Amino acid sequence: MITLQHFMLVSAMLFCIGLFIIVSKKNAIQILIGIELMLNAAILNLVAFGRYDRINNGGQMFALFAIVLAAATTAVALAIILNVYRRYKTIDADKINRLKD
Amino acid sequence: MSLVQVMFYVMSFVVLGSALLVAISKNLVRSIFMFFITLFGLAELYVLAVADFVAVTQVVIYVGGILVLILFAFMLSGKEALAVIEQQKNRFISLHNLPAFILAALFLVVMVNVILKADVAALPWVKGAKDAGNMIPVNESGINNIGINLMTRYLLPFEAISILLMVALVGAAHLSRKEGNE
Repeated sequence: MITLQHFMLVSAMLFCIGLFIIVSKKNAIQILIGIELMLNAAILNLVAFGRYDRINNGGQMFALFAIVLAAATTAVALAIILNVYRRYKTIDADKINRLKD
Repeated sequence: MSLVQVMFYVMSFVVLGSALLVAISKNLVRSIFMFFITLFGLAELYVLAVADFVAVTQVVIYVGGILVLILFAFMLSGKEALAVIEQQKNRFISLHNLPAFILAALFLVVMVNVILKADVAALPWVKGAKDAGNMIPVNESGINNIGINLMTRYLLPFEAISILLMVALVGAAHLSRKEGNE
């Protein structure tokens, strides 16, 4: 029997790896990957707790909503990254320090 | 130790290992494909938490959608993206990454402490669900129930998210259009 604690520990570690990626990387795409990892850690917790709600399915339902929201976020973020690349010719997050005009 | 437990440990090892490889690999393409493995392993963990529909959705949306989007963005942003990564010599714990490493490690210590002290298995509602048989059994597919709930109890969030998806789609198309011809 896998307890809730196991799932929570795995998700905590995944969250911290995502945090490390976000803080240490410079490339905007890698930062996005870190954000996705943190989102997935949260979804893992939702799913693990959702097992104890058979009638209303609260956890699984909001895990589904979170996955769809992550897809929408990624689409917009990648459009922004493409725009930034077109303007600055780089996606290094440290070098993007100017406004439009 | 049952087979399920062995599977859980193997899959969580795969997930955490590939996530670590995403963090330390120098090559952006390799880290994207390692992220692919992480997402698949997470889908497996969802199956072990008896959430089969969420696992399938994870594979379809994350692996099929988001990963392809990320690859597209990587390919459209050209050689520059690779050059930046080759420059930074990241040996995981170099002096450059030290603050990030310390931050993540301290955060992990805090979170593990909280989880170990919280004792979530003794929460009243979790215990109540266990006693009342409100736990999803292993041999039952919850997909019917999810469908019914989606159309009755969670109808408002469902509609809200559909509108939000449309807005995000229009916004993404608007953001990524060509500059000149408007």
